[in-house]
Parts: sequence; C-alpha cells; structure tokens
Amino acid sequence: MTSIAIPAGMPQYDDVPRFDVAAVRADFPILDREVNGHPLVYLDSANTSHKPRQVLDVLTEHYAMHNANVSRSVHTLGTEATEAYEGARAKIAAFVNAPSVDEVVFTKNSTEAINIVAYAFSNASLRADADPRFRLGPGDEIVISEMEHHSNIVPWQLLAERTGATLRWFPVTDGGRLDESGLDDLVTERTKIVSLVHTSNILGTVNATARITERVRQVGALLLLDCSQSVPHLPIDVVDLDADFIVFTGHKMCGPTGIGVLWGRGELLAAMPPVAGGGSMIETVTMARSTFAAPPARFEAGTPPIAEAVALGAAVDYLTGVGMRAIQWHEKELTAYALDALATVPGLRIFGPTVPVGRGGTISFALGDVHPHDVGQVLDSLGVQVRVGHHCAKPVCARFGVPAMTRASFYLYTTTAEVDALVAGLEQVRKVFA
Amino acid sequence: MQLDSLYQEIILDHYKHPHGRGLRDATDPAARVGEAHHVNPTCGDEITVRVATDGTVFTDISYDGMGCSISQASASILHELLRGRDAGDATVVHEAFVELMSGRGQVTPDEDVLGDGVAFAGVARYPARVKCALLSWMAFKDAAARAGVGVSPEPKTNHQHSAAARAGAERSEGAA
Repeated sequence: MTSIAIPAGMPQYDDVPRFDVAAVRADFPILDREVNGHPLVYLDSANTSHKPRQVLDVLTEHYAMHNANVSRSVHTLGTEATEAYEGARAKIAAFVNAPSVDEVVFTKNSTEAINIVAYAFSNASLRADADPRFRLGPGDEIVISEMEHHSNIVPWQLLAERTGATLRWFPVTDGGRLDESGLDDLVTERTKIVSLVHTSNILGTVNATARITERVRQVGALLLLDCSQSVPHLPIDVVDLDADFIVFTGHKMCGPTGIGVLWGRGELLAAMPPVAGGGSMIETVTMARSTFAAPPARFEAGTPPIAEAVALGAAVDYLTGVGMRAIQWHEKELTAYALDALATVPGLRIFGPTVPVGRGGTISFALGDVHPHDVGQVLDSLGVQVRVGHHCAKPVCARFGVPAMTRASFYLYTTTAEVDALVAGLEQVRKVFA
Repeated sequence: MQLDSLYQEIILDHYKHPHGRGLRDATDPAARVGEAHHVNPTCGDEITVRVATDGTVFTDISYDGMGCSISQASASILHELLRGRDAGDATVVHEAFVELMSGRGQVTPDEDVLGDGVAFAGVARYPARVKCALLSWMAFKDAAARAGVGVSPEPKTNHQHSAAARAGAERSEGAA
C-alpha cells in the first residue's frame, strides 16, 4: 500500500474514529475455535454475523431472570419482560433515528418484514375503503431491481400475481452498479411502490438512493429499502434516507436469529391493514368481527420473540459502543485491502465494484473455472469459511453469466490477516484444481 | 490433509476429463429414450441425463451439465458404470452407490460393484456434498423411468437416506 500525505485542512487519517479490533474479537467466543485443525477464519458475516458475549449474556439473563409473556400480565415478571421488550424497541428506534418508537415493528427477519408490506398492499387491494396508496390493480406497477435478494423479489412477484399489477425492475450495469439511466421511464405515475436493496448481499454495492427517492416522491409512490446488509455495517438514519419503509434483520448485526425489524413512517403504518391476525394485534374482538390495535402492535400478532428482541437491543448497544462510523471505516479499509490482495490471485474475477467506493465489505468472485463449491470446500479444509452458491440472488448470477459465486464478507471483527488467509487458501485451490 | 479423502485423484480425473459427456441421440431409431433435468437449488448445479434403451439394456447414457467437481465427476462415473448394463445390473450398482452416499462414511464400498465409484466413499463424510454426488444418479433414475425402465426404488432405509436421495428437491438456503 502506498502512503500519501493528506493536505492540511483536509480530514486527516487520525480524525477517523477507530476501535481496537483485537479487543472486539475477544468479545466473540466463537472466534477462538478451530475448524479442521486451523484457526477459524470467518468470512461469511453477510450470511450471519457472530454474537458477542454481551449479547449472549443478555439472552441467557432474560430467560434466567425475567422470563414472562409481554403486554398481557400485571405481575412483576410480566412487567419486567414487557419493559425489556419495549426497551429494546426504543434502542432500535434510536439506532436508526426513527422519529417515533412506534414506527419499529418487530418481525422474524427481513423477509417477513417485506412480506408484511406486500401483504398489506394485497389486503388493501381487496377493500374499496382502504388507503389508495396501498391499493393495487392492473395497470399499477411495482419496481424492484435485478440486484435483489430473493426475499425482495418473490413477495412482489406474488403480490403482482394476486393483484394484476406489473412487476418491473432496474437493471444492473457490468460494473455491478444499479443502472439508473432509465429511472424516469421505470418509475412513473403508474408506480405504487419501489422496493430496492440498499447494500447488495452479493455484489457489495451500496446504492445511492437520492435520485431514486426524488423520483419516487415526484410520482407519489412509496419507497422500501432492504437494509439487511447496511444497518449492520454503517450508520443509518431513516430521516436522512427519506425512505418510507426499511427492513433489516437481527442476526446479521450481532443479534440472535428469529428477530428482525420493519421500520415504517408512522402515518403509513397506521394506514396499513393488518396482515397476520391473532393475539396482541387487536383492539377488541367479538364473535362477528374485530378491530385492530395501532402500530406496531397491529403487525405483531401472537407472542413475539421476546428474548431475541431484548438481545437485539443488546446488540445495538454493543454496536453503538464500538461506533457505527468506526465500524464502517474499519470495513472500508479492509475492503480496500482485500480488493488489492484478491487482484494478485491469477484468474480471479470480481463481480461488482472493484474499488472500495460505494461498496461494502462483501466481495463475490470467480476463480478461473473452478466451481465455487470446490473453492469453498478447499477453503473450509483450511478453516476459511466463505459462502458459495447463488446467495439467494439468482438473477445477479444470471446477469453475470455464472450459476454460482464464491463470496467473502467482512464485519467489525474481521482482520487483514484473515484476508491473507483467504488469499493463501485460494492459492491452495488453484493447486488442487490446476 | 483430510481434503484428500474428498478430492480423490479419480474424482479430479473424471472432472477434468469427463467420459461420455454431451447429450446424444439414440443410434437405433427404435430405442426408447428418456431424459431428466435435475437441479440443486442450493448451489445452482444442473444436470441433464438422457438414456437410450432397447427395453432391457441401457445402450447409451449421455449427459450434460454444469456444476462442481463432485457432481460432474459423478456423472462421468455413472456413464462408465451403467452404460451397456441391463436394468437388473444397473439397479444393483445404483442401489450400492446410493447406499454408499447415504452412509455418512460408515459404508465400505465394493469395488467389484462400484468401480471408480468407490472414490466417492470420502464424499459421503461431507453431508453438504452428498447431494452433489447424487445429482446425476437421481436424474438417471428419472430418465430411466421415463424410458420405461425402472431402476432402484427409493432408498429403503431410514429417513436420512431418502432425504439425501432427494438431491433435486433441496430447499433454498440462506433467507435474509
């Protein structure tokens, strides 16, 4: 790496917030283990992240000391559990700068969060008195992109089938960026919702959304951003993003599985019909009919994942303690290092942006003709854990003409030494399949 | 290195130099032909297997596909082992291969029956790769059935075995 002097008056290197990676790693018990006789090199955080002791402790502590159902008991444990659950909601609201705590709906994951929005459209489309912004029919359009995870494709395909609306999408450029050149033709007065990935789970691209948001506002559509891969990695401010909905999932941000978030503008959530019916989401129930609670309860039917929500609150505390700006910068440096290092591997082709600008620490690649399954297997024998396959984004694979890719993805605990282990492992792959 | 048990020389050789690759029309116009296309949705591996039979003997087994070394080498070995065999023999070999792959590394393969297929004994210890190895074998079974020749009933042991055998029906992984 070359070093250059930054002119005086410009932000200096030391101005950037930093953290002690070794100290952070010590918080993650799993990072001490070995895999196949080698130290674990975990490069699959885009798939799921590891959990620090602080989160694991809260999860255990909740069950050990405060276990009770929420929002329905007057007893002490019930009150403690409810306070912990609602406290977690407040932490998450603050984490994404939500104007109101009630705009945070707990879900199972991002997939469920997207489906709640899609089914709210679906249900509204069946009722003449529903808010027109959520009513869909033939002639209306839903816009997504070729860069989406299947979870942001399939719910909209199904919604289009149910309502007769048309599904359209932004293409992806050869460089792995969203192709916005057709924006004005794609997002029009016919568009009811635009649902886009913020950071691609496969290409690593961070989409600049300002132009799209502006166009969405012009035509009076709604905007959902799938922030599954951005909320864990960079500071997210929903006011600043100016989206209508964002979704993200706990397990990719140091939290447990089984807990995710739908954030929506309060006014929009209030206009949405319920999706799943059951306990907790009602106002009153008679044998003939029911009326429904205000959001977020309206969208949280049944006993929620209480301990998981509480632990996600602890994860948010943990990330905030390290500092999201510092995490973002750590991953940026790591990505720059990895892009340089991977460029030295003969026959390696990177899919997506090859510069550490407008991209996150998720890098997918091909190694010559070697199938990703084989790449992943050899790397695993060396303790290096990468994901192989289509990454639940088959259209992206098709876009780049491959059935599968190998993907390395980083997080706050990832080190340059682990990137080196990846590069050394790829050399071994080349030897086996030479 | 334990990787050697997975990537046996025989497997890498079949992968780099596949035998009988490419879909072929039957030479005998009277032959019954059956074809099946199987995919492994988890990883995107695909294979098309086509059989030609006179009703008793598999006169040709041709295939085309793309995928990892295990899935492609397995197809090459399938071609070697079953082409020219009658349905009865093919069933014995097919059953033996499925049993080997379903055995979690606990089955000792019979080289007289499985030939180069014994090299897959190591693959059976990698649960994530068993479906790769079985992909072409399950496609072959379907193709044979479509040609009117039954081969190897469903693996008749426990649940795990049949789960492993449903190579083409795996659920997609990695929801967000």
